[in-house]
Amino acid sequence: MLRRAALIAVPYAWLLALFLIPFLIVLKIALSDYALSIPPYAPTLDLSEGWEGLRTFFAGLDFETFRFLTTDDLYWKAYLSSVWIAAVSTALALAVGYPIAYGMARAAPEWRPTLLMLVILPFWTSFLIRVYAWIGILSSEGYLNQILIGLGLIDAPLAILNTNVAVHIGIVYTYLPFMILPIYATLEKMDESLLEAAEDLGCSRVSAFWRVTVPLSKSGIIAGCFLVFIPAIGEFVIPSLLGGSETLMIGKVLWEEFFNNRDWPVASAVATVLLLILVIPIVLFQRNEQKQREAEG
Amino acid sequence: MAQPSPQQVFAPWEDPSETPLIEFRGVTKRFGDFTAIDDISLSIFRREFFALLGPSGCGKTTLMRMLAGFETPSEGDILLDRQDIAPVPPNKRAVNMMFQSYALFPHLSVWENIAFGLKRDRLPKDEIAARVTEMLRLTRLEKFARRKPHQISGGQRQRVALARSLAKAPKLLLLDEPLGALDKKLRQDTQFELMDIQEKTGTTFVIVTHDQEEAMTVASRVAVMDEGRLVQVATPDVIYETPASVYVADFIGDVNLLEGRATPVPEAGEGRVDLAWAEGQPPIRATTDRAFDKGQQAWFAIRPEKVTITPGRPDEAANAVKGRILDIAYLGNISTYHVELPTGHVVKAQTANTRRIARRAFTWEDEVWLSWTATAGVLLEG
Repeated sequence: MLRRAALIAVPYAWLLALFLIPFLIVLKIALSDYALSIPPYAPTLDLSEGWEGLRTFFAGLDFETFRFLTTDDLYWKAYLSSVWIAAVSTALALAVGYPIAYGMARAAPEWRPTLLMLVILPFWTSFLIRVYAWIGILSSEGYLNQILIGLGLIDAPLAILNTNVAVHIGIVYTYLPFMILPIYATLEKMDESLLEAAEDLGCSRVSAFWRVTVPLSKSGIIAGCFLVFIPAIGEFVIPSLLGGSETLMIGKVLWEEFFNNRDWPVASAVATVLLLILVIPIVLFQRNEQKQREAEG
Repeated sequence: MAQPSPQQVFAPWEDPSETPLIEFRGVTKRFGDFTAIDDISLSIFRREFFALLGPSGCGKTTLMRMLAGFETPSEGDILLDRQDIAPVPPNKRAVNMMFQSYALFPHLSVWENIAFGLKRDRLPKDEIAARVTEMLRLTRLEKFARRKPHQISGGQRQRVALARSLAKAPKLLLLDEPLGALDKKLRQDTQFELMDIQEKTGTTFVIVTHDQEEAMTVASRVAVMDEGRLVQVATPDVIYETPASVYVADFIGDVNLLEGRATPVPEAGEGRVDLAWAEGQPPIRATTDRAFDKGQQAWFAIRPEKVTITPGRPDEAANAVKGRILDIAYLGNISTYHVELPTGHVVKAQTANTRRIARRAFTWEDEVWLSWTATAGVLLEG
């Protein structure tokens, strides 16, 4: 009994130290008020004053910053736009990733480890460098425009960099492996005789795909979508490097509040609300994983 | 065996006016350099329960997959109801298959699995429901209709697979090692259930199996295959009693094989052949409908249960040899005696244990006589 409790205590202690305590600190700052001081918020907790200090500290906390988030439409527009960009990117990643995963799962068994490694290979290079590389590809003098003009498909360079299109490309590119791997895992263990059975019972190849392959890879699709969607909402580097002035994402707003405005309480409030928004898909994701485990029995 | 009544024996293969449901005409299938099926011609008739029997890799599964449409012959034609089915894709054939792994759709319930093929035919809803209910009743699965495949036992899954493949009332049902995943007891029960269902539905069944006992139990005719060729196609009793070759004799059941030189002795009776098989031993007297030349190499094959074991020399026996009991295999209902002859040959003799084991007449190292009649065994060319 004690041993079991000790075993469970380890991950919980980990979560407490690295997730819950930092979150409480952020929440505390969010409930504070902006101040011209170091750190740039008030009140600060002064334990030397004992109980009296604690009481004045808690009296100084309020929800002023959260109310402020509702007064300026920048914030809810940024949240909405982040969810939208993340959702579109997730759909695009699914459209690109599913055929890749399908091809990998149908490839000869001796090729699969190589293909898997090719999918993971980009992780060996710094994420930041890879995003910078996209600037070189997408800019108006970039490789893409040069090739398109060279082929005579366009006369003037396309403005892709510093638009939402570039952000979508960046997100799809960056998170594609997270889409491919769970789908590949479900497709790879699928029994191929199921497709033969479907054909035998009157399905064409195409309808066998929709009626058997897709439902059986559902858990992989859902897992892949969450693994792309969740980090994409809070994405900061990709929109700030590839996006333009019209790209509104909550990660960028957060950055500006912290570093440009030095308004730590508002930035913390933005982060807290972002976390609350992310809790919904995370809970759904967990439930999907659990359902899948139960189905596999 | 699927014979409707003892008066009228079911044997359409002997009736020249009968047209076969399936006809293989010189079918060959090659995978690269490997010839899986080598020039096979075969007819299977309506309402038959036909077994393809052979060791793994003999081509029996390939033959079945060609019927289902998953493989196409490299040469030759396959006719179903006199129609060449080579250009017909699997989803358009009136042939259904029960897969070895069952291939039940894990995301669908038992009911939906059985209805899957019917829905593809776009039948009206009430018709589908009626047909599924009928199939559930036939396979005694009514209670499990709402369950998913992983929530039922192996035997039940096997019945779902059977119900699903029968639901579309195919002209031909293919069964790929249908009982391979079941334990022995359940397998035996299911064999009779399969025969029962085959009879009730009147569907033509083609079963692939490597289990000779299973093939003998369920089939009206058995095709024994070896390395892509048909070695013998006949009813189970013919295959067992008069195997066409040493390979068939050895593959089906237990057999004693004695090699020797044949000498026809027509003066002793029609088809009488003597086999000189060992120095200092009288020749084996056998009867055969095959022609043997004098001095031709031949094998005498005899089933252990057709060899009588006695303590003394039997008076009236066409063949009798003396030996010493080397080993006794006690199987409960029967015992198999391994008897070593002075020539070094070991012959197996089987007797039913009609008495309790304590009262058994023979034990190890006993001198015994083995005897058999002139028609008990068969003489084979090899």
